[in-house]
Amino acid sequence: MKKSHIIAIIVIAAAIGIIISTAEDASSYVSFDRAFQLASNGNKTQIHVVGGLKKDVNGNIVGLEKSADKLSFSFILVDESQKEQTVYYNEPMPPDFTRSEKVVLIGAYQNNTFVANKILLKCPSKYQEEKINASI
Amino acid sequence: MHYFIGDLGHLFVIVSFVTSLVSAFAYWKANNASAELKNQWLNNARLAFYVHSAAVIGVVVSLFVIIYQHYFEYHYAYSHSSLHLPGEYMISCFWEGQEGSFLLWIFWQALIGIFLMNTQRIWEAPVMVVFGLVQAFLASMILGVVIPLIDIKLGSSPFILLRDAMDDPIFSLQPDFIPKDGNGLNPLLQNYWMVIHPPTLFLGFALTLPPFAFCIAGLWQKKYSEWIKPALPWALLGGAILGVGILMGGYWAYETLNFGGYWNWDPVENAVYVPWLVLIAAIHTMIIYKNSQAALKSAMILNIAVFILILYSTFLTRSGILGDASVHSFTDLGLSGQLLIYLLFFTLAAITLATVRWKEIPTSEKEASIYSREFWIFLGAITLCLMGFQVLLPTSIPVYNKIIELFGGVSNIAPPADQIGFYSKFQLWFGVLVALISGTGQFFWWKRMDKEKLKKEILPPILISLIIFAGIISIAKVYEPAYVVLTLAGVYLIVSNIKVLLSVAKVNPSLSGGAVAHIGIGMMLIGIMFSAGYSNVVSLNNTGMLISKELPTEFNRDNLLLFINEPRSMAGYDIEYLGERVEPRNAPGYVNKNDIDLTFDPFKVVAKKDIEFKGKKILSAKDTFEINPENTYYEIELRKDGKVAATLFPRVQINPAMGGFVASPDIKRNVSRDLYTHVSLPMNRDEEPEWSEMEEIRIPLNKEFFVNDYVAVLEGVTRIHEIEGFKLSDEDVAVQAKVRVSGERDSYYAEPIFLIKDKAQVGRISSEINDLGVKITLLNIHPETNEFSLGLNTRQKDWVIIKAMEKPLINILWLGTIVLMIGFSMAMVRRFKEHRK
Repeated sequence: MKKSHIIAIIVIAAAIGIIISTAEDASSYVSFDRAFQLASNGNKTQIHVVGGLKKDVNGNIVGLEKSADKLSFSFILVDESQKEQTVYYNEPMPPDFTRSEKVVLIGAYQNNTFVANKILLKCPSKYQEEKINASI
Repeated sequence: MHYFIGDLGHLFVIVSFVTSLVSAFAYWKANNASAELKNQWLNNARLAFYVHSAAVIGVVVSLFVIIYQHYFEYHYAYSHSSLHLPGEYMISCFWEGQEGSFLLWIFWQALIGIFLMNTQRIWEAPVMVVFGLVQAFLASMILGVVIPLIDIKLGSSPFILLRDAMDDPIFSLQPDFIPKDGNGLNPLLQNYWMVIHPPTLFLGFALTLPPFAFCIAGLWQKKYSEWIKPALPWALLGGAILGVGILMGGYWAYETLNFGGYWNWDPVENAVYVPWLVLIAAIHTMIIYKNSQAALKSAMILNIAVFILILYSTFLTRSGILGDASVHSFTDLGLSGQLLIYLLFFTLAAITLATVRWKEIPTSEKEASIYSREFWIFLGAITLCLMGFQVLLPTSIPVYNKIIELFGGVSNIAPPADQIGFYSKFQLWFGVLVALISGTGQFFWWKRMDKEKLKKEILPPILISLIIFAGIISIAKVYEPAYVVLTLAGVYLIVSNIKVLLSVAKVNPSLSGGAVAHIGIGMMLIGIMFSAGYSNVVSLNNTGMLISKELPTEFNRDNLLLFINEPRSMAGYDIEYLGERVEPRNAPGYVNKNDIDLTFDPFKVVAKKDIEFKGKKILSAKDTFEINPENTYYEIELRKDGKVAATLFPRVQINPAMGGFVASPDIKRNVSRDLYTHVSLPMNRDEEPEWSEMEEIRIPLNKEFFVNDYVAVLEGVTRIHEIEGFKLSDEDVAVQAKVRVSGERDSYYAEPIFLIKDKAQVGRISSEINDLGVKITLLNIHPETNEFSLGLNTRQKDWVIIKAMEKPLINILWLGTIVLMIGFSMAMVRRFKEHRK
């Protein structure tokens, strides 16, 4: 066999390896129910859950609790299939957290609680100004 | 309303678009014309390109005038600039918006085009056809013209008026309304790196065009091998500039964002990293061809791939397709369709041309020997391509979702949950491969090698590497297997290239660019390994708190809660939070928020007393000075053995454009490690604090009492005749008490006021000492006993939550970057000289 063929085979093998591992390591957007299922089957992978904060009729956020030392907090997230779940996050509450319209969690169930490793917030008017500040 | 400048700018945009097409067409004609007509077409084409370039400069100047003159009737000035913006950041406004960054890109390519037009004889016409087409596509992005009949808007013009861009009711009432001030530049971008990073990056983008244009011209004119010579120096220049641009972005992120590092594997970062890797691979294949007439097809494929990848990265970051996946891509300006056509046009054109010509491209039949340098360079180029492929594949996940949705499917693939861990575990081993290959490949530079000679040559560097490696491992205590291997490979890369450098420098120093560049890469690998692999959180507190009662696992806390003036210990330091500071714009240093009075203008404050910073007086009492009101700095002192080791000022910025709150670190730089500290959570000053119930005391003058555990004393009570600038009438009686409270570091004064107005109404104005969490009210005066009643309220003291990390040996990374760039420049100078011969 020629050297170039050997190299070609190795390159193709490496490329296939990369594709397979990407497919394996890719996370997915799921609901809490599905995440719970995954965790109870012993699957420890981190998944993405998209949802909004739980609010009462007046639009106030419900179920937000900060730890006494302010270093961690928990909240209730309603996912896209309307399932509610208390989520724990081991970081101080981001100042703009309560303003967020949409929250993306990256985390997993541990026993019966959902622990987030990372939180992405989607806030209104993140880039776009809708109104002109005419007062100035 | 200044209509003229905008209309003029828009006219320039249209002219630049049309003339770029004219120039491409005329060059096309010139290329195919007979000898006598050729000159005419050439002259027309050149003229068109000069007019195009002049128009581009006209667009730039018009837009800059609009920003600089604060014409807020224009959307661009309104949304990216403001009256308070310092002059140097006016330049950053220019490319904060998408239109301006396209403009920057067009501008650089126009300059490069003029240069090529005047230096290339044989290549001019075909190369400039490609240039003209690319310029036309880019100019169409800022055209802002609605095509009649089909009613499609082409491009987004930077000269659009505010009233046309925004649907605000004020414009129907008052069509000529002009806002008094603009929204301002995102304060996060008000940083010197953001003044130079975008132009550098876009120059890098622009520099990938000449190699692509030469390659296409070569294929088209059937000069299959001649194009390499003029293309190579441009590729080298592009590799250097793009590399610098990427690293500047990384350095900005390290200094300004709180990601905790210089690289986050964000899709936007990946989108430029991949083309850079492929560009480096392309350069290597071109060098192979120059030396041994092999790898010509690879060189063509890779040069085309670089340009296509640049277009792909433009598409990813500007079409809005990344959406949730990235923190800092542009929003969709409605250009996604146009961007897609731009990408597909050049992809299909290049692939078609290459396929048609494929059979005719000469190939070398002979197999490269393992003992030849070509073999090793080629292996290196392959590794770089795989390295890029590994990053490109997951970065494109949002694209797969979009394509599946387009065909009616449902796809819920998300990017890897732990991006940094995911990419690092692959890129680390590619880094090892790159180091081993380029370390070994260097031995084949000079003479023809065989087994025996190689053994003799390679043995000393291997031994030296092992000794240095053993030293590093034992001193730095690197035990993680992957890191051990990477360290060894990095050391080997440096040592073997130093050996080559020494022998090359003796013969001909101008040839040593490659060796120098590879030494830089070795240093960067080691710097990255230590600073990222051994970055550790030092604000860790192992209190073993439970995250919730239902969850038995214990969690360590990465953050530290600091109360003002209460030292804690962290990473061998005593750490103490000293309070909130502001930064004067025109004086060095920081000013305590307690020492200033606010004015009606949020950008201007008045000093209450002479202000010193580090023992030097920077401001006098009653001085009015400018600040950036959105920035607050948190003074944090680090002490070792009782001596101040560093004073850090991490910043918090109130930044509505970025979601309201942005923390930037302050970095204590040591030779061997950086200590990186940022605020995780500041106190919210808008929230009314919870005060304790008022405690009443009755005391005479000069008698000590306690408030919030601090010693306090009422020093005196005086009659005053005005309150906060308001004169009191003779009928009114007002007295002000002066209470001194001794804090841990300083004495503070509270000056509550007791007022009897119109002989009947009693008013009390309490006084707060922010740092100590104390509020004192003068409740009553008892002339009969010479005593006074004070009301004392206390609250939790001021606090801040911080996170601190150590980044060992990060300076090796920065140093390696500089060495890499020196190597690039040396190689480039050599190739430009060679090309001119």
